[in-house]
Amino acid sequence: MTPTELSKLANRNRARDLRGVFEAGAGHIGGEMSVMDILTALYFDTMSVDPKSPLDPKRDRLVLSKGHTALALYVVLAEKGFIPKEEISTFLQPNSRLNGHPNRVKIPGVETNTGPLGHGLPIGVGMATGAKLNGDDWRTFVITGDGEMQEGSNWEAIMAAAQFKLDNLTLIIDHNRLQQGARLEDTNNIAPLVPKLEAFGWAVEEIDGHDMDQICAALSPDTITAGKPKCIVAHTNKGQGISFMSDNVAWHHKVPNQAQYEQALKELEEASK
Amino acid sequence: MTNPFQDAKLHDCRDAFTNVLETVGETNENIVAVCNDSVGSSKLGGFKDKFPTRLINVGIAEQNMVGVGAGLANAGKIPFVCAASPFLTGRALEQIKADVSYSQTNVKLVGISSGMAYGELGPTHHSIEDFAWIRALPNIPVIAPADRHETAAAIRWAAAHDGPCFLRLSRVGVPDLFSQTHEFVVGRADMLQDGGDLTIIANGVLTHRAMMAAALLKEQGISVRVLNMATVRPIDADAIVAAARETGAIVTCEEHTTFGGLGSAVAEVVVDRQPVPMCRLGVPGVFAHTASANALLDDFGMSPTAIANSAQALLKRKA
Ligand SMILES: Cc1ncc(C[n+]2csc(CCOP(=O)(O)OP(=O)(O)O)c2C)c(N)n1
Ligand SMILES: [Mg+2]
Repeated sequence: MTPTELSKLANRNRARDLRGVFEAGAGHIGGEMSVMDILTALYFDTMSVDPKSPLDPKRDRLVLSKGHTALALYVVLAEKGFIPKEEISTFLQPNSRLNGHPNRVKIPGVETNTGPLGHGLPIGVGMATGAKLNGDDWRTFVITGDGEMQEGSNWEAIMAAAQFKLDNLTLIIDHNRLQQGARLEDTNNIAPLVPKLEAFGWAVEEIDGHDMDQICAALSPDTITAGKPKCIVAHTNKGQGISFMSDNVAWHHKVPNQAQYEQALKELEEASK
Repeated sequence: MTNPFQDAKLHDCRDAFTNVLETVGETNENIVAVCNDSVGSSKLGGFKDKFPTRLINVGIAEQNMVGVGAGLANAGKIPFVCAASPFLTGRALEQIKADVSYSQTNVKLVGISSGMAYGELGPTHHSIEDFAWIRALPNIPVIAPADRHETAAAIRWAAAHDGPCFLRLSRVGVPDLFSQTHEFVVGRADMLQDGGDLTIIANGVLTHRAMMAAALLKEQGISVRVLNMATVRPIDADAIVAAARETGAIVTCEEHTTFGGLGSAVAEVVVDRQPVPMCRLGVPGVFAHTASANALLDDFGMSPTAIANSAQALLKRKA
């Protein structure tokens, strides 16, 4: 797929996600909109995964550490063929396997059960270390929220990854500048991210997290620095693609009303054309 | 069917918590709140407006949050450390053990939206292990209020008490069980109604369900004592022994795994001092499926009807 096609697919995925949140009456729409381009690029451009063999030992691994945006992952997994597309409409319904946070025991393609923030990166360090021990060349990708980077466990993992020279590990920080209740700068400002990570021994690249050319290029194996884990600081907008949600802290987990839903859908459908 | 709460209004106990915190905060400037990006979910917006410098939001960093709470206590402050209960108790358990329990610091741990209040957000966000975890630690009273008035009274008690405690609050609406003047006494069970055939012991969001079950049983001619056991540690052993002796059978109900919570605490007293048949209702040692908070309680056998049925079955085992 070309970057333009990928962008359109990401916007279709956004629209499906929006419908899921609207129908379920719950979800984390802001962070789902901000991460959707990255997720779409990973599954439809970068990663080698096979829905027919979801546990293939040589598959690339993705950990969505910001597990509250599970619906974004479900939509992309369905689009890729890991679960039936119709199943998305069961999101949060009684006994659905599509819970508010992803469950690897129930859903093919999910690698680990996230939800408590700050768990994904240590697991990613373990995956990448395991691949090295096995002599395998599959890659590990971890997506965290920027607020999530306030968790100390991430920084323990960051040090370990550098020490272990995990150049098969890529951390993507969805840097939308907002956390649950406020902007990061008004809570616990983790900036400047780039020099911090560089000082911790990582190769760091900053991109526009909504520009498919930049996302695909940054995820490409050609950009790996031998002997160093890689961090992509993806500058994004919470609520990207929906004008009244974009960069608005109110939309961490708010649910649109009928009129807002229709307007949002219109904007996303326009962008998918 | 007689439902004692037919037309009762339901209240979110978090409101009672923050109302009291704001009130005691007026007269005692040592009262501070510590949270983890949870100003909204802990309903601390009003406290923040009133006392902006006394709301310490450390960001999404629970281990740090509890450690900061212990340090504030050392500096003479009275920190109410508030976070979603799973992240407060699970994530920071060792900080709670070493910095609060072992060090005996004056830290008030407030677990918000505990139990299965987060419903469809699933087991990572449920906190059905916290009685067991915190009950295993010395020096920390473990308290799960059943309505807004008991919540308010328990918060007032906590603010005045010199020492740590764990307050386990829900977000799921509950009817009033107590009056506005209710006095909270730590470690004391409250008998909500007396009866001679069996006792139901509950706390938190289960107490009013226990009362509804008792009403159903009454229609069947069964007279039930209901104990609200807000304090799980130190538990009211005398009330349990009296219930065992005088009613001969005990049902416990809790929004918690049956491994190590209220039912276990009651059973410890019963086997030590006054063995009688028991039935412990709760989450039977599994991770919950997807469902809303109240539906999960029903699914795990804690609808009023199901509690009444379990009580009936227990009566058959009574000597
Ligand atoms: C350990 C832990 N603490 C608190 C929460 C509650 N919580 C869920 S999402 C969220 C904000 C996350 O912000 P960020 O990482 O920036 O994610 P995004 O903006 O992409 O939604 C918080 C505090 C949690 N899930 N886990
Ligand atoms: Mg963010």
